[in-house]
Amino acid sequence: MPLLEVQNLTVEFPTRRGVLRALDGISFDINAGEVLGVVGESGAGKSLTGAAIIGLLEPPGRVAGGQILLNGSRIDNLSRDKLRPIRGKQIGAIFQDPLTTLNPLYSVGRQLVETIQTHLKLSDRDARERAVQWLEEVGIPAARQRIDAYPHEFSGGMRQRVVIALALCAEPRLVIADEPTTALDVSIQAQIIALLRGLTRDHGTSVMLVTHDMGVIAETADRVAVMYAGRIAEIGPVRDVVKHPAHPYTEGLMGSIPSLEHRVERLRQIDGAMPRLTAIPRGCAFNPRCPKVFDRCRNDRPELMEAGVTRAACWLYARGAAHV
Amino acid sequence: MFAFITSRILQAIPVLLVVGFIAFALFAYVGDPVTIMLGQDYTAAQREELVRALGLDQPFIVQYAKFVWAAVHGNFGLSYRLARPVSQLILERLPATIELAVTAAALALLVGVPMGVYTGIRRNSPTSRLFMVFSLIGVSLPTFLIGILLILFFAVLLGWLPSFGRGDVVHLSHWTTGLLTVSGLKALILPAITLGMFQMTLIMRLVRSEMLEVLRSDYIKFARARGLSERSINFGHALKNTLVPVITIVGLQLGGLVAFSIVTETVFQWPGMGLLLVQSIGVADIPVMSAYLLLVAVLFVAINLIVDLLYYAVDPRLRLDRRSMTGGK
Ligand SMILES: Nc1ncnc2c1ncn2[C@@H]1O[C@H](COP(=O)(O)OP(=O)(O)OP(=O)(O)O)[C@@H](O)[C@H]1O
Ligand code: SF4
Ligand SMILES: [Mg+2]
Repeated sequence: MPLLEVQNLTVEFPTRRGVLRALDGISFDINAGEVLGVVGESGAGKSLTGAAIIGLLEPPGRVAGGQILLNGSRIDNLSRDKLRPIRGKQIGAIFQDPLTTLNPLYSVGRQLVETIQTHLKLSDRDARERAVQWLEEVGIPAARQRIDAYPHEFSGGMRQRVVIALALCAEPRLVIADEPTTALDVSIQAQIIALLRGLTRDHGTSVMLVTHDMGVIAETADRVAVMYAGRIAEIGPVRDVVKHPAHPYTEGLMGSIPSLEHRVERLRQIDGAMPRLTAIPRGCAFNPRCPKVFDRCRNDRPELMEAGVTRAACWLYARGAAHV
Repeated sequence: MFAFITSRILQAIPVLLVVGFIAFALFAYVGDPVTIMLGQDYTAAQREELVRALGLDQPFIVQYAKFVWAAVHGNFGLSYRLARPVSQLILERLPATIELAVTAAALALLVGVPMGVYTGIRRNSPTSRLFMVFSLIGVSLPTFLIGILLILFFAVLLGWLPSFGRGDVVHLSHWTTGLLTVSGLKALILPAITLGMFQMTLIMRLVRSEMLEVLRSDYIKFARARGLSERSINFGHALKNTLVPVITIVGLQLGGLVAFSIVTETVFQWPGMGLLLVQSIGVADIPVMSAYLLLVAVLFVAINLIVDLLYYAVDPRLRLDRRSMTGGK
């Protein structure tokens, strides 16, 4: 049984001019110890997917359909009180900007100890000891002396290490990392990703890694989901999606990448723009931009279907369709 | 820390000197104290004698220096109206005003902050809406009207509480307190509500808007994502982050309480400094007025100092210079 199952997840925003469907029938699994990369243009719905899983959608956004299962039991319909022990302890989260994710008025030690004691029955002393260990584990030099320092006394990279310690300190089974390095200096991005990968591997934690950086995905993810306009366009093992993309959108993203050995740069721009939520076309959401569009694409919406090793939401792979 | 306090006190000295100068100018040039003190009939000799006795024949700068020197020693001269030392008059009236202002401030804080937190968290609940309507009334109704309405309901119509005065007081050496007798406490209720109402609703609205702002921040979202309890998030992480702006306004407002107490003390005939001031203005009792002015200036300086110290306690970022020298990066 997968650790996390997302089935047909739909997220909507009621607005004055009608209901916006920001996520439309998202389905994927994450297995224990697996890293799932999530890529897609800005506004594709990556962050919303993460927020929905951890139950932190901001009102008026709400889960309007589908379900989310953790270890086989539903977590999308839990009350706040039932969800709280899951947050942090079962599912952790790492946000984009370490400058704003730490409370500026509490020392990092206090924030760690509070989080640890929320989920684990530890005495003040043991919790503090555990906090020091975590700071050491995420590579804060002189952790024991620095534990009572405040966030503003750390550099951006160091703060993101503290954030990682906070996300992992109750040993969650899954951590959702939403662009954990986007706000950081380019020179330290790789270190932070390596740290995250190393720690989660050591602790057997699954990761949902949202990023714009295909290079990061290629190096760290086991599988990758490509999102487009609130839907999943393609999902599969990372080598196959990168090397032999099935969906025309993925193909466009990968551009003319010769091999995994060459670091893949940022997502390549495809002609046209992703539609706004108010103007998602009928049928395949990608059809106005697709070089391989045909009649059926404009009328019927494709669900994910087998496309060789990966699964793609594209009518080219419908059973009986002629492969182009 | 000590250096910080010292520097703040040194910075306050010029402020106090300027206010002192205004108080002195009032003293020396508004109205003619000699005429006031001598009444209608006097001879030229009597007048000259009094002018010399008051030191009014000396050069301006000498008079000012003398005034400052005397003021530093708590000596503000004689009240024209009552012919008693001003310092003595003020000391007699001070306890009544302080008890009133402190009670009003406590009321404003102890009711205003929780109401602000509540309306910030439960933005759309009916209770929150009720509080907001109530706060609108408190912010917009003038103090004297609130006082009169309270008197009308609780003193005149219901007869539960007295409408004026301080009730029975107990003398504790130099301090007279109304807090130790039932009638004193009863007499305090309406004036304290009247005086604290504006501040209370202002604090409530301020805390609410700061809470709304802070609750949207990333660190609160991250605290939620870590499964921390609602209580810790709302009253720890969020409330503490609203404190810096709240402290600023609240500090200034509490200083304002003393100023506003003039109106409240008049409405309730509360025997405090505000009433003394109003009575003194009526007969141009300049020494009392200038002493009051200086006292209020000292009060504001003291409150500013306390506000700065509270910042220092709340926000570690202000302590940066001290820590980073010892912390080592
Ligand atoms: N409060 C809201 N009201 C209406 N629409 C919203 C709201 N929040 C998000 N959306 C919409 O949901 C869509 C998905 O947003 P999301 O933040 O998940 O994108 P993303 O893939 O994470 O993009 P990025 O790469 O820029 O982070 C966007 O089109 C956005 O406009
Ligand atoms: S379904 Fe049609 S339009 Fe959509 S990606 Fe496939 S070929 Fe292109
Ligand atoms: Mg995002």
